Amino acid sequence: MALHPTAEKIQGKFPEAFVSSKEWRGDLAVMIKKEAIVPVCRFLHDDAEMNFDYIVHVSSVDYPEDAERFEVVYEFYSIRRRRRIRIKARVTEEDCVLDSVTGIWKGADFMEREVFDMMGIRFNNHPDHRRILMPDEYDEGYPLRKDFPLAGKGWRDTFEFITEGSHKKTT
Amino acid sequence: MGVGAFDGEVGLVTTTIEQAVNWARKGSLWPLTFGLACCAIEMIAAVSSRYDMDRYGAGVFRASPRQSDLMIVAGTVCRRMAPVIRKIYDQMPEPKYVISMGSCATSGNIYNSYAVVQGVDRFVPVDIYVPGCPPTPEALFDGILKLQQKIMKQRVFIKSPILGATKI
Repeated sequence: MALHPTAEKIQGKFPEAFVSSKEWRGDLAVMIKKEAIVPVCRFLHDDAEMNFDYIVHVSSVDYPEDAERFEVVYEFYSIRRRRRIRIKARVTEEDCVLDSVTGIWKGADFMEREVFDMMGIRFNNHPDHRRILMPDEYDEGYPLRKDFPLAGKGWRDTFEFITEGSHKKTT
Repeated sequence: MGVGAFDGEVGLVTTTIEQAVNWARKGSLWPLTFGLACCAIEMIAAVSSRYDMDRYGAGVFRASPRQSDLMIVAGTVCRRMAPVIRKIYDQMPEPKYVISMGSCATSGNIYNSYAVVQGVDRFVPVDIYVPGCPPTPEALFDGILKLQQKIMKQRVFIKSPILGATKI
């Protein structure tokens, strides 16, 4: 099957970074190498024909059996051309670091923080690299990883804010 | 005439001060405006005109914990919300009551997750548990009426054991 024209363009422009592409029910997904995430995104954003000016989401998937365990998924939308594209990049558990795309879309800020918070994937050059949903001092790991226990590791049952005796009612 | 009797002809009521105080307390339960999830929608419905929680004197929702007597924990309690709930509970003046509304606030319901507290009674004392997912306004009223019965049994001038232990 012939490549989707957009995928073909990405392949032509970044032959080393292009891994594969898949179209399913009109949705195009392109797998690229993680080192090329910023140049590819810059191309998708700046090129007049691509014009993907809106970042829909950044999310991540955990495949525990795979050598490259995590997959970071970006979805972009072109408001003018009414097109969507999904970009995927794989990272290994030992080296789960990507370059941030916040320099291209400011909206990626919170989404990348969420990916870091839930899956532990870090982003270089992120302006505010902190946890976003869990508290800053949370140290049990990354809750959305497949090897994280469903009920957590005890945090939900510790209430350090209750001081001695304050639990009792006086009347 | 005995205690708690009403003489229609003379227009006299005999009662104890304790009963009078409890009667006043149960008839002016001011709840805290405080909803966490979908149970709050049922709580809002319970206050509005169709069900009218004001009939039980519990319709004056206050925006400040310092003016409220009753905290209705309506919804799923996340662990990050827990210190906030405890803080506003501590800010409420005595006597104060807590209704755990719905199965999430009572036990965590289906959310056996790293972030959901398995029952609000783990960090605030609860007086009444209202089951349901979410409970209907009628179920919440049942909880409020049960709380009123409980208040009527309270000792006002003598220190009584923790309220959560008393039986209706």
